[in-house]
Amino acid sequence: MELILGLVTGIIFGFLLQKAQILRFEKQVGFMLLKDMTIIKFMATAVLVGMVGIYACHEAGLISLSPKATNVGALIIGGLIFGIGWAIAGFCPGTSVGALAEGRWHAIWAIAGMFIGASMYARAYPVLKTTVLTWGNYGKVTLPEVLSISPWIVILAWVIGGVLFFIWAEKKGL
Amino acid sequence: MANFLKSAVWSPYVAGALVGLLAIGSVLVTTVVLEKGKYLGASTTFVRGAGLIEQTLSADSVAENAYYQSKKVKVDWQMLFVVGIFIGAFASSRLGRTAQREFVPPIWRSRFGSSTVVRAVGAFIGGVVLIFGARLAGGCPSGHGMSGNMQLSLSSFIALVFFIVGGVVTAKIVYRKGGQ
Repeated sequence: MELILGLVTGIIFGFLLQKAQILRFEKQVGFMLLKDMTIIKFMATAVLVGMVGIYACHEAGLISLSPKATNVGALIIGGLIFGIGWAIAGFCPGTSVGALAEGRWHAIWAIAGMFIGASMYARAYPVLKTTVLTWGNYGKVTLPEVLSISPWIVILAWVIGGVLFFIWAEKKGL
Repeated sequence: MANFLKSAVWSPYVAGALVGLLAIGSVLVTTVVLEKGKYLGASTTFVRGAGLIEQTLSADSVAENAYYQSKKVKVDWQMLFVVGIFIGAFASSRLGRTAQREFVPPIWRSRFGSSTVVRAVGAFIGGVVLIFGARLAGGCPSGHGMSGNMQLSLSSFIALVFFIVGGVVTAKIVYRKGGQ
């Protein structure tokens, strides 16, 4: 059942990524060159809709949150390393397989690189675990917990910020 | 409905909103059925996939590696989710007639030429680097960027900011002319 649910969820996700043209190298790098905001419109809309639903379900006691650990050093260094590779590859882990499916054959090299890179990370992990991954640990926390305010205030702020961004991007034709 | 599924392009706002609903639905359904909510993510699958491949060469090296053991090398929900992305994108691109064979994308070509080998090397190196960074940060634009930020996670907000900073700065340096 776990595998069937994963497969069905992935099929819908891949379908939506393809329809929104998010899978394309040109859209990914176009954003990084700040010339095309398609991927951010897509991602931000998903996040805004998702945060309302996730918090509504959480407050109703239906689901648990599962935030990832806040290792500030690893987040900053890992985030920057990801960005470097992302700009060169023009794909991220989720979009690479979908890009291959829509005929972007060069994505197969990025996928091969990701398997090799993952293996290299596993080799480097013992060293990273005692160094970078220990720099600035604040545990598994959320923004409303850190700010000591209601999550709905944070959500409202994101929704307003998101809508203003969408208006700006549409006006600029990005 | 059939026409909608066959249309070539959907607005990123419509598709994005549907992904938001999909993410909520996934957590709800998996919480009920599997007793553990599954948030969308992709990058750990490359760790498990690498582990599965390595196991066929040397089972011991995987069994003795602390990282592989912490992630449990097996076929799981997320691996099928990633397989599903391939199937979904394949179906969508054939229904919408937007599938396109591409070996060298235009922005890349205008900067590095039309060599498929040069592009292959670039894509490969980019893939190695980006997954290393994603695993160090604990997630990718799916797990951190979308799922984590839906939960208002502090770590995911920091990760997304630095994904974008790293990507924007690198793209400016690497593509220069190509971006004009």
